[in-house]
Amino acid sequence: MLNIPCPYCGNRNESEFIHGGPAKAARPEDLAEIPDADWVHYLTVPRNVVGPINEFWWHVKGCGKWFTLTRNTLTHEINDSGQGCTDGD
Amino acid sequence: MGTEMRLAKGGRIDRKKPIRFQFNNRFWSGFEGDTLASALLANHVCLTARSFKYHRPRGIMGVGIEEPSSLVELVGDESCGNLPITTVPIKEGLKAKSVNCWPSPERDLMSIAQLFSGLIPAAFYYKTFKWPNWHLFEPSIRRAAGLAEAPVRPISAGHYETRHDHYDVLIVGAGVAGLTAALRIASAGLRTLIVDDGPEPGGMLIGQSIEIEGSPADQWIAGTVDELSGYDNVAWLQNATAWGYREQNLVIIAEKNPDQPMLHIRTHRIRAGKVIIATGAIERSLVFSHNDRPGIMMSSAIGTYVTRYAVKPGNRIALFTNNSSAYSVARELSVAGIKVAAIIDSRLQIGDAEGFIDDETRILTGHEVTTTFGRSRIRGIRVRDRTTGASQRIDCDLLGVSGGWNPTTHLFSQSRGKLEYDSDLEAFVPGVAAQDCICIGSAAGKFTLKSCMEDALLNAQSVLRQLDTSAPASLIPSCSPEPEYAIQALWSVRGKSGYESRSFVDIQNDVTLADIQLAIREGFDSVEHVKRYTTAGMGIDQGKTGNINVIGAISAQLGVLPQDTGTTTFRSPFVPVDFGSLAGNREQSVSLPYRHTPITQWNREYGACMYEAGARWQRPGYYPRPGESFQQTVNRECEAVRYHVGIYDGSPLGKFEIKGNNALQLIELLYTRSFSSLKNGMGRYGIMLTDDGLILDDGITFKLGENHYLMSTSTVHADEVYRHIEMLLQIHRPQWDVRITPVTTQWSNATICGPMARELMAALGTDFDIDSEAFPFMTMRQGNVAGIPARIFRVSFTGELSFEINVWSRHALELWKKIMQAGKAFDLTPIGSEANHVLRVEKGFLSLGHEVDGTADPYDLGMGWIMSRAKADYLGRRAIKIRRSAEQPRREMVGLLMDDKDKMVDENAPITPEGKPLPSEGFVSACVWSVVHNRSIALALLSNGRNRIGQKAFIRMKQEVVQAEIVEPCFHDPEGQRLRS
Repeated sequence: MLNIPCPYCGNRNESEFIHGGPAKAARPEDLAEIPDADWVHYLTVPRNVVGPINEFWWHVKGCGKWFTLTRNTLTHEINDSGQGCTDGD
Repeated sequence: MGTEMRLAKGGRIDRKKPIRFQFNNRFWSGFEGDTLASALLANHVCLTARSFKYHRPRGIMGVGIEEPSSLVELVGDESCGNLPITTVPIKEGLKAKSVNCWPSPERDLMSIAQLFSGLIPAAFYYKTFKWPNWHLFEPSIRRAAGLAEAPVRPISAGHYETRHDHYDVLIVGAGVAGLTAALRIASAGLRTLIVDDGPEPGGMLIGQSIEIEGSPADQWIAGTVDELSGYDNVAWLQNATAWGYREQNLVIIAEKNPDQPMLHIRTHRIRAGKVIIATGAIERSLVFSHNDRPGIMMSSAIGTYVTRYAVKPGNRIALFTNNSSAYSVARELSVAGIKVAAIIDSRLQIGDAEGFIDDETRILTGHEVTTTFGRSRIRGIRVRDRTTGASQRIDCDLLGVSGGWNPTTHLFSQSRGKLEYDSDLEAFVPGVAAQDCICIGSAAGKFTLKSCMEDALLNAQSVLRQLDTSAPASLIPSCSPEPEYAIQALWSVRGKSGYESRSFVDIQNDVTLADIQLAIREGFDSVEHVKRYTTAGMGIDQGKTGNINVIGAISAQLGVLPQDTGTTTFRSPFVPVDFGSLAGNREQSVSLPYRHTPITQWNREYGACMYEAGARWQRPGYYPRPGESFQQTVNRECEAVRYHVGIYDGSPLGKFEIKGNNALQLIELLYTRSFSSLKNGMGRYGIMLTDDGLILDDGITFKLGENHYLMSTSTVHADEVYRHIEMLLQIHRPQWDVRITPVTTQWSNATICGPMARELMAALGTDFDIDSEAFPFMTMRQGNVAGIPARIFRVSFTGELSFEINVWSRHALELWKKIMQAGKAFDLTPIGSEANHVLRVEKGFLSLGHEVDGTADPYDLGMGWIMSRAKADYLGRRAIKIRRSAEQPRREMVGLLMDDKDKMVDENAPITPEGKPLPSEGFVSACVWSVVHNRSIALALLSNGRNRIGQKAFIRMKQEVVQAEIVEPCFHDPEGQRLRS
């Protein structure tokens, strides 16, 4: 079980959270400018890295905050929580 | 009943407390402090098991969790399978039996298998029973080769529980290294937890004659424990096994507390700043012909039975070793007055210090045991001079074997730490750690008492440094002189032809040297492949005594060094773990509690058949009357709604209040339809997509006021919708001023539906006009119903005139009872979710999970009108546009009328071209009995279905093909006049 640092509540057990997938850039305001292929890529090609990856997590059984953290998929090392950082992709 | 093998004095048993227990349907006696193994050995019971595959007679080989041979099953209230016999403490009334033999290990009927053992080598079953189908053979093979039966029901009494805790330092193992380190860590004031799997601390040191600081070992243990108990920053668990090491220094421990018999296992999940692994070492066996007879035991186990349990496991003892540790055992036995007849040492030369025991023990250096004799108990061994080849027979009834020691690195490996091969020790030792942990003492390959203590102190010191604390220096205690550990690898002993198939490398799984060699010949030459092909190292004991011999055998066969062969992956759990202990007190109903509406109790009293209807909500499925069948009940409830009036509890529907300056903007982004023209007090149906263009949910949203909306969602997807919206707001649109609040359980509702709904509303009494012009469809009112403040919505789930009366949940039952009272005059009928489903299918209303199956979009459901053209953007719009531009045929929602009007078809039954066994072109999403048409009707998703209305579809059922006409997916009131009435 991961020990996840919530930006508001501090370290809490993984069972209080829901994983929201690899972090993405915020949904654009205007899609008209984006070519179809890029939009399909944004929607359907998740980053699947071995090593550090930015992820969305939701502290659903706690404060309710959605936040981004960096987790190493190989070692489960977690750092850089709650910076609101997103991965442009 | 004799206890003839019990020594007159010594041991850690309480001779004043005799205990009677049952083993294999016979009564035996032992003393408090005994394990099942020690008590049986004291009774001179030697044959305790039959082997896994060949049903060979087996005895007790170990003394603790490493026991590979004898597994027992507890019978009765505490039924539990596959426990190593050495780990079961005896207590009054204990009933145990050997696994995998019938009727008893002495007269096992399957023992005939051993005659054919040559015919069933590794992978025999894979190769032989593959035609026509393995499943034909599986049941009888599983019966013959197997372990304990699974208990048929949960334990009748008692419970499991879980605790979570945090410590600065966790010390696993309270042997000499653990205790030495603990003292140092504790004195620095760190919060420390000591965990030990034995009934008392001390580990291998218990009962040893060796002296520390001039006093016996036991006294040193007692003194150290006493000192530690003076620290209130130290917590202590005995009978507790750390079995799992997870990410971020989470260690999982199973504690059996003998003082709390009703508590089966308490699981501790400990998050520690630093983990000190002082788990000691496990002796490994030697591989030679017939090395599995009852009476062959690990040599250290013999020592432990004598010193800890005062049991002499044999009368004439021989030891076979390739290292110095067997001599320490012989010396301990000598102190207890037990003579060792002979020590067979494969090494040519041994040091003077290690060799001295007494004048009577024969020491045969440069010799090896080639085979053993005896049937149900060993009677003798064949010993060969490794130089000259001359052989002799030596009689014995107990053979201790020692193939060297393996540091117990399981937890370290689970933490992803790397192991390295130490060729001086001929063992894998901990290398680079991956997490914040450290191995000390014999777990780090320090196999003498002095080096153990030095190592523990040194490492404790460095832990303190790393944690920025310090403690007064302490000196290494002096201990009596002991020889250095010395070993020379001996991976197997060559015997007479065919010896390989009698030389067991994995006792528990009956894997022989021949099996390993066969696997390698067939190309499985990596250690991971050999393990899977032969099953070596699997099972309850996970090869604790045998695994390194497997690696040695592979290396010898391939002519490489053990470090190049490497180890298999050590996985948790380190010891078998009860399922109950994993669940702890989070049984299903506790961890995922059911949700109830305020009407549940009324429903039960009224005789409703209750079950889960999505999202853990308990809802009434139907309300059977005495003598009524399921279908009769559902038909009656449906008819009530269509022709009179019905009522249902719609409280579980998801409800969310949305407020803020950007509320409308949020709703416009979420739903495909435009809500911008919605006026106060009006509602609109909407479909919500995810951004990849699939339907997430549907529901009606009312405008309660300026920038204030009430969104209702399906019961099943309410939580998912909440997640979806919160993610959208917090991550993608944090700049928006809008908040969403779940109010699902704040508001309960009773929905009155049917042609007479308005009359019933009038009878209840309202303080607002309920006339159809004054209160039309898709509007809401706030007012009082039967004197209770309410929000009343004119929406319809059933296709009939409906009033959804929402009240605060605390008023829900009162409202419900008032409606039932007033409803008597109208023959008001409560309806369950089954009738609701039928009514929705009749109307062609989609249901999530049926028609909305995760692939359909609104066009497929004939709802293209709901996809706004005016809005520039909403979630999913772009994706649907891209997907539909491919112009592939899509599965579209249609109705089906079976040619035989009484024929019901299965939900999810495939539809194929002309009913042939071809790839399906769709499936039945729902089939119900329509009360309006008195026939069966169905909905389906069918490829290009909209264009095929009027044609035939062929539904493939298990036994037959059913023909149906494709029709519009609405069977009742297609104009919607009734719901608007």
